[in-house]
Amino acid sequence: MQQIIKFLQKYRYFILFLLLEFIAIAFTIQSHSFHSSKFVNSANSITGGVYKKANLINQFFNLEIENERLLEENTRLKNLLSLKPIQLDSTYNTIIDTTLYFQRYNYLGAKIYTNSYSRRNNILMINKGLKDGIQPEMGVETSRGIIGVTKSVSRNYSTVISILNEYSKINVKSLNNDHYGTLTWDGKDYKTAQLQDLPRQARIKIGDTIITGGKSTIFPEGKLVGTIKDFEIKNNTFKTINITLFNDMSSLSNVNVIKNLHKKEIQQLESTNDE
Amino acid sequence: MNNFTIRNTILFIALVLLQVLILNNINLFGYLNPFIYIVFVFFYPLRKEKTSFLFLSFLLGLSIDFFSNSGGINAAATLFIAYFRLPILIYVLRKSDFDYQLFNVRSMSLGKSITYIFILTFIHSLIIYSLEYFSLNDFFEIIKKSILSTVFTVTLLYIIIILFTKKR
Repeated sequence: MQQIIKFLQKYRYFILFLLLEFIAIAFTIQSHSFHSSKFVNSANSITGGVYKKANLINQFFNLEIENERLLEENTRLKNLLSLKPIQLDSTYNTIIDTTLYFQRYNYLGAKIYTNSYSRRNNILMINKGLKDGIQPEMGVETSRGIIGVTKSVSRNYSTVISILNEYSKINVKSLNNDHYGTLTWDGKDYKTAQLQDLPRQARIKIGDTIITGGKSTIFPEGKLVGTIKDFEIKNNTFKTINITLFNDMSSLSNVNVIKNLHKKEIQQLESTNDE
Repeated sequence: MNNFTIRNTILFIALVLLQVLILNNINLFGYLNPFIYIVFVFFYPLRKEKTSFLFLSFLLGLSIDFFSNSGGINAAATLFIAYFRLPILIYVLRKSDFDYQLFNVRSMSLGKSITYIFILTFIHSLIIYSLEYFSLNDFFEIIKKSILSTVFTVTLLYIIIILFTKKR
């Protein structure tokens, strides 16, 4: 017994060191898996409050870029509206079809508090949380394209797994054909993401637009992602396809969160299939 | 003692805020951020009790992790250099008994203090990037980033040390 106590006393710092190091590594491993809920994240009131104060100063530096982006979005929406003046006229639309008005997606505005695009696994924090109706696994976008998917949600804040993350895998397709692939990131350049698992019969060329595929409940079909920058073919299959993102991931400030109103129904349907 | 506790608490909070609000947004060349907060490890007195020092280093790293959503990466790295601070110091100075009471980074010769800070910063960066990438495929990326970030951090650290400490 005395031997053990002596041993413990001699190596007490080393044991403490090992114990704390073990805790830290455990947190790290937990943060590397998408599905387990995370303990160490910035969606809590202390870190959220600090970032909120800091954002009061930071937001002024982004005003010009944000104004430009808003103008761009307004122009695009106005152009979309001008495309169909006829349908809005009651002479052409005598039958009221309620399914036309059935809403499937709901958009929520949010502000980005932190952005760490220089890291391998980029995680953003936004200023909306449970009380605004945000749930885990909801899509986040700007008018220029998709940003990521929400992960941890607290009462007032939530964290977003950006598309610049090893664990972000988003279903995308080419605008010209219906071949689906997965959007990933290799961690090198924040302006370029990679498209994987595209079937080899797909025909692509440089400059093709890539949009979301709509095969999941997170993003609707047709959200902008980027254009094909270059690609490499090896043994008749696509090796790497680089995609230039439409969004400048290094300067983001206002985003929209996409709420899928049919999500529960789809998930219920899928779970009955499993039984 | 009390004065010492208050000073260190203020230093602790100031370092965390400096790191997460300013230094984490520098992004030199698009990906480099200096880790200035580890200056806490270099300046914590050697004579003080080791248990509280290990705990404080762990907490400092964990606070940075909470702010930057990085799991326990910074906590693991900071704790590691805190534990191996003394052995490395002994190795660099090449003597096993030195005056614990009066020891200070500024009291070392320039060459030796740079070696000491450089080794610890490099170990810290290497652990951070290895845990962040978490795969052997990115080995060269990890080494490249660790070296660049160490050079950046040590340069900034030295400017801070020269500006804000008294020469003994």
